[in-house]
Amino acid sequence: MSEPLILMEDVCKRFGPKTVLRGMSLSVEPGESLVIIGGSGTGKSVTLKCILGLMTPDRGRVLVGGVEVGKLRGAAMARHRARFGMLFQGGALFDSLSVWRNVSFALTEGDIGRSASLRAQAIDNLARVGLGADVADLKPAELSGGMQKRVALARAIAARPEIMFFDEPTTGLDPIMADVINNLIVELVRDLGVTAVTITHDLSSARKIADRVAMLYNGKIIWDGSKDRLYMSGNPYVDQFVAGRAEGPIQMAVRRGDVGRAEEADLGGA
Amino acid sequence: MLRLLIALGTVVIGAFAEIGRVARFAFTALIRALSPPFYPRRLAAQLIAVGYFSLPVIGMTALFTGAAIAQQIFVGGSRFNAASTVPAVTVIALVRELGPVMGGLIMAGRVASAMAAELGTMRVTEQIDALTTLRTDPVRYLIMPRIVASTLVMPVLVLITNIIGVAGGWALAVTRLGFNSAEYLSVTRQYLKADDITSSMVKAAVFGFIIALMGCYHGFSSKGGAEGVGRATTDAVVSAFVLILASNLIITVLVFGTK
Repeated sequence: MSEPLILMEDVCKRFGPKTVLRGMSLSVEPGESLVIIGGSGTGKSVTLKCILGLMTPDRGRVLVGGVEVGKLRGAAMARHRARFGMLFQGGALFDSLSVWRNVSFALTEGDIGRSASLRAQAIDNLARVGLGADVADLKPAELSGGMQKRVALARAIAARPEIMFFDEPTTGLDPIMADVINNLIVELVRDLGVTAVTITHDLSSARKIADRVAMLYNGKIIWDGSKDRLYMSGNPYVDQFVAGRAEGPIQMAVRRGDVGRAEEADLGGA
Repeated sequence: MLRLLIALGTVVIGAFAEIGRVARFAFTALIRALSPPFYPRRLAAQLIAVGYFSLPVIGMTALFTGAAIAQQIFVGGSRFNAASTVPAVTVIALVRELGPVMGGLIMAGRVASAMAAELGTMRVTEQIDALTTLRTDPVRYLIMPRIVASTLVMPVLVLITNIIGVAGGWALAVTRLGFNSAEYLSVTRQYLKADDITSSMVKAAVFGFIIALMGCYHGFSSKGGAEGVGRATTDAVVSAFVLILASNLIITVLVFGTK
């Protein structure tokens, strides 16, 4: 077996009195598509932010390509982050910029220059996600939710990252648009040869995208295996989750536990 | 009794923690401002947004307030035969205190709130995280242009406030209070000292920094959706108000308290 591209060892992260990750361990092989499933507030977003270096674990370590993320500073951290592309749950498009400037943002690194070649490149990337050149000059607010997701996808792949994160890619979309996005993700992962980590609670999405599925519960991975074994895992937690039953070992926390979003006014490290 | 002490302690600790967070935020922003990448276009856009588009409200406020001050000093002064002090008192009051403080408060309402709302919305819609994953440092891209623009532009705006304010007082005095135009201006010139202008500009720069820092800090650390953005906006304006008035007092005492 090859060296894992992403390795998390015994990672703990807490925000004030609330522990979000408690001894999370995970490995992702190069080229595979891993889907992490789990209920709301189980620490899925925090996991991604720890890998990106947006948050530092309180304990344990995160290695990407054999390098410990927590020890990176300055330019090394910037190079680390440049390996990733991320599709955010709400798209997170910059609403002051036109669609094509959004798409070419990673290439310009925010320094808005006027270049016809960048625009052409952005239109190529839009074509990859099934959007025509006619949307290039629109503002994100003029697009539907599904189209915004596609633009966000085009933006995330523009710099050809080697690792892609998808944060709830189908949340808030109708089933057909959700399937369109799932297909796009499968195609992009295959065509661009990226390693993908998706967090979702949409099981049809998980079945479509995943090579391997891991279930996050109470701050740790409690099960992982190939997607074919998801429905015969023999794990009572996984069974309850995939069957969508209110009764079982998983007790729903009523209060939102995933407080990691902006608990610290973190300045993006470095 | 113990419960009261606990509550008091929590508040005090919370206040110090907040001061620490603001200081760390400001320090990080200033350190990163010194190294590239710089975003000159973003700075230019902020200079226009903060400076140019504030001119109408600044000009109007200065004009009306300058005239009102002249009127009040005339009324108050005539009670003990000192109506002739109108030009001198107007210029000193405006340049030393009213110009910078009024300009600062108006700009806090206009600019700190806008910055907090915009950055707060970017925070809760994950646009700030998105910047980081798109190889762009949000501090250099979002915070620095705002802080630099606001600090540079405020002295200019306050200078304009001072000029228009004095002009407002002059216009009212000449048209309604029977002052001779040339005499009014020469008295104004005679009582205006270089120190007054320097302190006015120093105050303006400090207020400009405070306004952008409060707007950016509260916006950047907002959380929890629309309600959180609303709270960040309120906090930004209120904290900018308080800090402007407090730092104004400190600068006034330092500059004029020893004379």
